[in-house]
Amino acid sequence: MTTRWFGERVQRAEDDRLLRGKGRFTDDIDDGALESVLVRSPYAHARIRSIEVGAARMLPGVFAVYTAKDLPFGETDLPILIPHPNLTHGRTQRCLASEVVRYAGEAVAFVVAESRAIAEDAAELVDVDYEPLPVVITPEAAARADHLVHDDVPGNVAAEMVQEKGNVAAALESAPRRKRFHFRYERGAASPMEARAVWARWSDDERKLTVYDSTQSPTSIRGGLAVLFGLPESQVEVIAPDVGGGFGPKIMLFYPDELLVPYAAVHLGRPVKWTEDRQEHFTAVNQERGQVHEVEVGYDDEGHVLALDDDFIHDGGAYTPYGIILPIITAGQVPGPYRVPNYRVRFRDMYTNATPTSPYRGAGRPHACFVMERTLDAIAADIGIDRAEVRRRNLIQPDEFPYDVGVGWQDGNTVVYDSGNYPKLLETALEKLGPRPAGENIGMGLGMYVEGTGVGPYEGAHVQVLVSGKVVAATGIPSQGQAHATVWAQVVADELGVDVRDVEVTGGDTRRFPWGVGTFASRGAVTAGNAMHVAARMVADKAKKIAADHLEADPADLELAGGAVRVKGSPQRGIPLAAVAVLSNPVRYAFGGGTEAATQFTPRARPGPPLADGEEPGLEATGYFSPAGSAWASGCHAAWLRIDPKTYRLEILKYVVVHDCGKVINPMVVEGQIEGGVAQGIGGAFYERLAYDSDGQLRNASFMEFLMPYSTEIPQIEIEHIETPSPLNPLGVKGVGEAGVIPVGAVIASGIEDALGIPITEMPLSPLKLYELSTSASTSTSTR
Amino acid sequence: MKPPRFEYHAPSTVDETCALLASLEDAKVLAGGQSLMPLLNFRLARPAHLVDINRIGGLDRIYERDRGVAVQALARQAAVEDSELVASVCPLLSAAVRLVAHRVIRNRGTVCGSIAHADPASELPAVLLALGGHVVARSKRGERKIEAGGLFAGVFETSIAPDELLVEAWFPKSPKPFAIFEESRRHGDFALAGVVRAGDTLALFGVAPTPVLADAKDPSRGLQPSSDLEATPEFRLHLVRALTLKAFAA
Amino acid sequence: MRINGFDHYPPQDARRLLSDYLRHDVGLTGTHVGCEHGVCGCCTILLNGAPVRSCLMLAVQAEGHEVTTIEGLAPDGEPLHAVQQAFHECHGLQCGFCTPGFVMSVVGLLAQHPHPTDEEIDEGIAGNLCRCTGYASIRRAVRRAAELSR
Ligand SMILES: Cc1cc2nc3c(=O)[nH]c(=O)nc-3n(C[C@H](O)[C@H](O)[C@H](O)COP(=O)(O)OP(=O)(O)OC[C@H]3O[C@@H](n4cnc5c(N)ncnc54)[C@H](O)[C@@H]3O)c2cc1C
Ligand code: FES
Ligand code: FES
Repeated sequence: MTTRWFGERVQRAEDDRLLRGKGRFTDDIDDGALESVLVRSPYAHARIRSIEVGAARMLPGVFAVYTAKDLPFGETDLPILIPHPNLTHGRTQRCLASEVVRYAGEAVAFVVAESRAIAEDAAELVDVDYEPLPVVITPEAAARADHLVHDDVPGNVAAEMVQEKGNVAAALESAPRRKRFHFRYERGAASPMEARAVWARWSDDERKLTVYDSTQSPTSIRGGLAVLFGLPESQVEVIAPDVGGGFGPKIMLFYPDELLVPYAAVHLGRPVKWTEDRQEHFTAVNQERGQVHEVEVGYDDEGHVLALDDDFIHDGGAYTPYGIILPIITAGQVPGPYRVPNYRVRFRDMYTNATPTSPYRGAGRPHACFVMERTLDAIAADIGIDRAEVRRRNLIQPDEFPYDVGVGWQDGNTVVYDSGNYPKLLETALEKLGPRPAGENIGMGLGMYVEGTGVGPYEGAHVQVLVSGKVVAATGIPSQGQAHATVWAQVVADELGVDVRDVEVTGGDTRRFPWGVGTFASRGAVTAGNAMHVAARMVADKAKKIAADHLEADPADLELAGGAVRVKGSPQRGIPLAAVAVLSNPVRYAFGGGTEAATQFTPRARPGPPLADGEEPGLEATGYFSPAGSAWASGCHAAWLRIDPKTYRLEILKYVVVHDCGKVINPMVVEGQIEGGVAQGIGGAFYERLAYDSDGQLRNASFMEFLMPYSTEIPQIEIEHIETPSPLNPLGVKGVGEAGVIPVGAVIASGIEDALGIPITEMPLSPLKLYELSTSASTSTSTR
Repeated sequence: MKPPRFEYHAPSTVDETCALLASLEDAKVLAGGQSLMPLLNFRLARPAHLVDINRIGGLDRIYERDRGVAVQALARQAAVEDSELVASVCPLLSAAVRLVAHRVIRNRGTVCGSIAHADPASELPAVLLALGGHVVARSKRGERKIEAGGLFAGVFETSIAPDELLVEAWFPKSPKPFAIFEESRRHGDFALAGVVRAGDTLALFGVAPTPVLADAKDPSRGLQPSSDLEATPEFRLHLVRALTLKAFAA
Repeated sequence: MRINGFDHYPPQDARRLLSDYLRHDVGLTGTHVGCEHGVCGCCTILLNGAPVRSCLMLAVQAEGHEVTTIEGLAPDGEPLHAVQQAFHECHGLQCGFCTPGFVMSVVGLLAQHPHPTDEEIDEGIAGNLCRCTGYASIRRAVRRAAELSR
């Protein structure tokens, strides 16, 4: 019997190393590297009058202090990664600011020294004379435009976009019922446990730049460095080794250090490294989630949504390096799994004097989900039906796929759901949730989501069977904990009929695979997973061809199983894959490993030249997968929670997740992604916030005050998988990396509203917030 | 986040420590380091000298005296947590110390360090105050006893002089009933507000620059708590009233 | 200082943190640094057998003491320690950055409570942050480790 690894709870290949402390994270790499520190602006908005670095340069142990004028690329604006016609006023920062700083934490100088401690001593000696300018700190303030973040950007508007499906004005006009809402979502932070780090070495002999970077996209970093240094890409190696969590912000490029560290390594002729500390991580690394929505909904007496009008502003931060992907995603995902026949969405992407924004796990979706789910809860309350019932009445049905939402998507296409079974998600979740527990102040939280996963453009993979019979596989995208080394091995092992433990996977190392895009947007399984499948199948076909000659059989009658190519139905007639690998490479010199079988005096199975026309040596192949459109995952979360009426402490009594990410490669890994996502969602909903004051200072840049939950704050989560395979890729998979986090804010809000009976229209919440909402609600009950 | 430069001293006796503290300009005692080391790493504390007392022998005893327990300067919070003596003589202290941070922090942090640090939201100073305990401070000038009531001077401020080493804290036997309740955002965090009940005495923490004694019938009277990201003055007073009711319901 | 059973030269610089000394002077990079203010727990090691934060100690303070890091639990080529094995079986790690700290804390927890209750488990791991797992699998791993240690 052939074992199928796909779908199994295969234990992880990466664990042993990590558990023994033998992981290799960027800061673990040393090799005599100099250490460095960035001098960062303490002001959220200021003009730089002068920068004095003399004293810092004089400090013993300091090797260099760079400001913009010391850099050949000091006057170059960093790239806009994803240009868009609606991004009419895109602005990016420079590597080091020399004229104006626009957020607290923006880099102004770079110090390289013998040790980080000395670099920090020197950084304190860098004397920057700032002239503070007025600060714009919330999206609302940006929209008021009393002050400008960029002098040449009127109204602080980076981009504006309006999309409409149907006729919203007319549908609202004729709707039997209408409601308006004001929803607000604050900024949050991904906070991976490993902050960012970069290590670089320039080899003058080989004219080669080697960079280790905790990035989610080493291939793009390589491309950028090759351009910057005028090197052929083959002379730039970028490796994302073990990365301690990414969650989005590490997909951003280029952070200043990603250029400065390689530059200093070339300039100083020594390896240089930079390891971010936790304090600077809070302001130096991109954030997300700040949005304010003005919503109007029209619906009928049964609760069917007839029209939805959403006008929102997005807190873009000081620059728009990532373009307008976030508000585009939000706009595309507000309708969620529901039929919204008339939908209009307008957004404005606003500049503020805060850290730039780019995707953080969920990327525009938690807020979109919040808008729709809060709206549905309000409709249910208004017409007096159950909150599950209002959803039931509006869900897209299983026979309606593909379903065109009618607005634009982040890959340039429109939002078209490929497959799903939304009613089943809802009913299964309700069933698993069970009846309301006894007690007071208990509420039910409910939230559904869809997620467009697996965006292109493409990923690739290389798969090779070695003469030992072991298999190596590589792809361009790195892992930040998603078990790529295990799940890609499962995909490859199935195609090659080998034991999963015989497949060794490398990711995120341009020396092994130089092409591809990166790990983000829940795209790894769809893009790289399918590329692995494609490449492994090519290898299998090649193996069959070679074995067919050898076994004098028709390739169509062969199968790969048990580490061999064998004739279907008569497994004793076969040839080990290792032997096929040997035969795939006709050699003159038997260099060991059984290669004598492929030398010229060994009888050959086939006449003609050893390599026929079009054939290539080696039992290997490179395959690519480029999706035609997003694979739409979906899910339903439901919870019972309790709020202490005195202390407003949150207690989650039960939390249920029913999700559909298409075919599941490894349930254990998928469950881990979901459990982690939900925990991150709970953190973002009730514990964490980024508290900027009116001067643009982040008041809680430490783990003492930025309250990431410990295990004591996170409940057990019950998970059920439902599989509707995606028709858009051979494996039928959909992404799941971000799914867990998306509806959590909506679920917690819904549950708290139910428990306390006060309307919840904002995120995040906290005991203090609930206390204030409750006390103001009880003093103004008549106006409710 | 690396500490600034300082000169490091590791005396091996109390006398040597007192001599150093008397002679050095701008010195700080380093005990468990669970408050001081983060401050150094953030470069929020920049003492010229660090006097590390961890090499002093025989300063980690927890012993019974005067119908109470004395906890010496190097007795770790974890040792107090595990101490049967403390559990039998001063169970309030056993309960309180469990609310301080996490076990891994308590393995290093000291009870005396917590008192000397005088964080307004810290549990142990309030326990000392509620029980009417005292501390013993030693310097080259001699030894003196400071009653809890006269110890806490302000936010992170005590009446311990810069040349003095706090050698032990003394906690009287807990009266019955006793209780400690606090509201913190996450498990192990400093409290937004907390109450300690020792018999009929009530002490509050997190609601004033120092721990304060209060009237159980009207605990929030006269208080003007500070405001921060997680609590406004009103919310703190609300919590203190709720927690007091809970403590006196027992 | 004895680290994982071997003697090492004392640190040169008084302000060197124990975490940095272990990582960069001794080359034991399994001890991770996530915050340098005592909250995340990534840097947890055993000092004379009890878990402590190595980012909140100066390296000089560990002189004369016994330090155990993650690398010291299961020597190369030998099977994983029960706690490591349990983390593997229960998918108690994803990116693995928090993992050494968790494992060291759990070693300490099981020394204190060989048969921990659910509450003791939460209490015991509540000083360590993990951003990937959501803790459910870590709780399972602690239970499994207690079983394996029997
Ligand atoms: C993550 C985390 C969470 C925490 N949570 C809490 C909490 O919930 N509640 C709480 O109360 N604490 C908490 N703490 C602080 C912890 O309890 C500290 O251990 C304690 O406050 C200080 O004790 P220490 O021995 O570590 O002192 P150190 O950090 O060494 O010193 C603190 C201060 O006291 C002085 N000092 C110390 N000992 C003496 C002495 N014998 N004589 C004179 N001066 C002295 C030092 O000079 C320094 O100024 C937390 C710490 C961390 C890292
Ligand atoms: S690095 Fe030591 S606790 Fe975070
Ligand atoms: S496994 Fe990534 S932080 Fe815990």
